[in-house]
Formats: sequence, structure tokens, C-alpha cells
Amino acid sequence: MSDPARETEVEARARRGRNVALALGLVLFVILVFVVTMVRLGANVAK
Amino acid sequence: MAMATAHTSAKAPARWQDFVLLLKPRVMSLVVFTGLTGLVCAGHAIHPFLAAVAILCIAVGAGASASLNMWYDADIDAKMRRTRARPVPAGRVQGADALTLGVVLSMFSVMLMGMALNWLAAGLLAFTIFFYAVVYTVWLKRWTAQNIVIGGLAGALPPVIGWAAATGTVPLNAWLLCAIIFMWTPPHFWSLSLYTSEDYEKAGVPMMPVVAGAASTRRQILIYSLLFTPLCLAPAFTGLGGAIYLAVAALGGLVFLLLAVKLVRSHAGEGRGLRNDDGLYDVRAGAKDARNLFAFSILYLTLLFATLLGEHLLRLKPLELLR
Repeated sequence: MSDPARETEVEARARRGRNVALALGLVLFVILVFVVTMVRLGANVAK
Repeated sequence: MAMATAHTSAKAPARWQDFVLLLKPRVMSLVVFTGLTGLVCAGHAIHPFLAAVAILCIAVGAGASASLNMWYDADIDAKMRRTRARPVPAGRVQGADALTLGVVLSMFSVMLMGMALNWLAAGLLAFTIFFYAVVYTVWLKRWTAQNIVIGGLAGALPPVIGWAAATGTVPLNAWLLCAIIFMWTPPHFWSLSLYTSEDYEKAGVPMMPVVAGAASTRRQILIYSLLFTPLCLAPAFTGLGGAIYLAVAALGGLVFLLLAVKLVRSHAGEGRGLRNDDGLYDVRAGAKDARNLFAFSILYLTLLFATLLGEHLLRLKPLELLR
């Protein structure tokens, strides 16, 4: 009898997909904050 | 973290695409369009990257409120044909995960808007999310037939947020864009609900055709159309719209009114349970009139905003008929 707590192949694939999407979201967020900071700093320095 | 544990008790494993669906991407695209129109019509030069960030924040804020709505309304969604395949009622995503996503994205969009643009725009965005998720979803939707009239404010605010993001102010013309979407909402949604009211009735949602009946709904659609169409001409008088806008608003408004009159004279939304051929024919004919107004309302609003956007991008002179 199979263990119901054990992750199936479909569940593992879905989890990997969610984790990759979350990682990409976090990386994009870091890049976004960095570029916003540069643009805002640049505008203030120009003043 | 919440995403990673969703599979443990949901019926099927949640894919990342299910979390995208929680954000209602189609509604997001409409909000992006109207928000962008407000931002461009403000006529204030801002850094293109910051403009893109403002639009991103408006889109993510809309997605966040959609996710909160799907968390709270899962019981209603499960009863309606149109919404029962959504990730939460279908069991692919747990309600708690939809709530978490909504709260996190709300904070992200408001804070980023405040830091990258200004706090007036951030405050308006926070108010819009609160209004949709709490005032509309939690209070109005299950309580009153005026739910989409008052709740329509949430959908009408994105151009004001876009304008505030660009300039840090919200003048009369920004509120005019908001008023146009606000007055457009009742005829748009009620014409849809005239041929989907059985779904709302089953779910216990007091939409106007369920509470006041089809005839009253058709009359109210006409009243709102009579208020909405002249309002669409107003931007040509306040220095917002040009000659092309005035032509589009006038011609489209005329078609809108004709379709509303045709709808009020039809039997749309009536005849449920009729068994004879004449009755069934009436139902089909009436539904067609409601569908026509619903479809044209989308086209008309899109044309109005696209014309304003085009005129401002091409730097065409506004009319200012009042000055």
C-alpha cells in the first residue's frame, strides 16, 4: 500500500513550479527596488 | 511559504498558474489601461521607468484585491456556473493562501507606489484595495442591490491613481475620468445580470434583477444611460478631450442610448419558467438586447479612453469649450 503522506510526481512538479515562480518574483522585486532607488537618487542629485 | 504548503490539503496540487488566476488578469488589463490613461492625460513628464512602476503598482493592487475577493467569496463562487472553476472553489488553492497572497501584494503595491512615486497615489491605491475588498466584497455585495453602483467606485479610481502618480495632485479632470467609469458601471453590469440573474439568485447575491425584477432593472439601466452619455461629453468642455474625442463620445453615446431604449422596451430578464414557444422566443430576443448593450458598453468605454490616450500621446489640442 502506498504512503498517502508521500508526495506524488504531479505534486512535486507543481511544488517546483511554485517555488521557481516565487524565486523569480523575489529576484524581480530586488531588481525593481534597486532601479527605483537609482532613478530617484539620480533625480535628486540632478536637482 | 504559504504557496509551498498549499498541496497538503487541497484537492489537486496548486500550480503557479492558479495563483496568477487569483489576480483576475483580465480585470487587471482593464485597470492598467484606465490607469495609464489617467497617467498620460495628466500631461506631466515623469521618468518612463517610474511611470511603468506606477502602472505595475496599480495592476498588482487590483490583483491583490481580486485575490482577497476570491478568498472571501469562495462560497458564492462555488454556486455560480461562471465562477465555480476558480482556484479556491475548485479546491486547487486553499482560501488562506489566497488571503495571504492578497495581503502581501496589497502591502507590496502600496509601499512601492509610496516610495517610488508619491504617498497621495499610494493612499488612493490603498483606499481602492480597501474599498473593493472590504466595502464591496464583505459589506455591499451580499447586503444591497446597490452593490455594484457604490462598489463601482473601486473600478473607477485607477485613472485618478495614475493621475496622482504623475503629478501628486488630483484635479477636476482626474475625477471626471473616475465619474465616467462610475456612471458606466450600472448599465454595464445590470445588462449582464439580466441574462445571468439565475446564477446570482442561486448564490443568494442581491443583484438588481433578483431583488427589484427585470422591468425595474431595465428602467434603471435607461436612467443611468441618460446620465452617463452626456457626462462622456464633459471632457471636451474641461480641456481634457479634443475634437476626435467629442465625435467618438457623441456618436457612441447615441448608439449607447439607442441600445438602452431598445433594452427597456424588450423583455430581457423575464420569462423564466415559460414553456410555450412564444415565451421562449421572448426570452431569447430580450437576452439579445441585454447582450448587445453589455458588449457595446465595453467597446464604448474602451474607445473613449483610447481616444483620450491617443490625443494626449499625439499632443492634439483639447477643446476647452467652457473657457
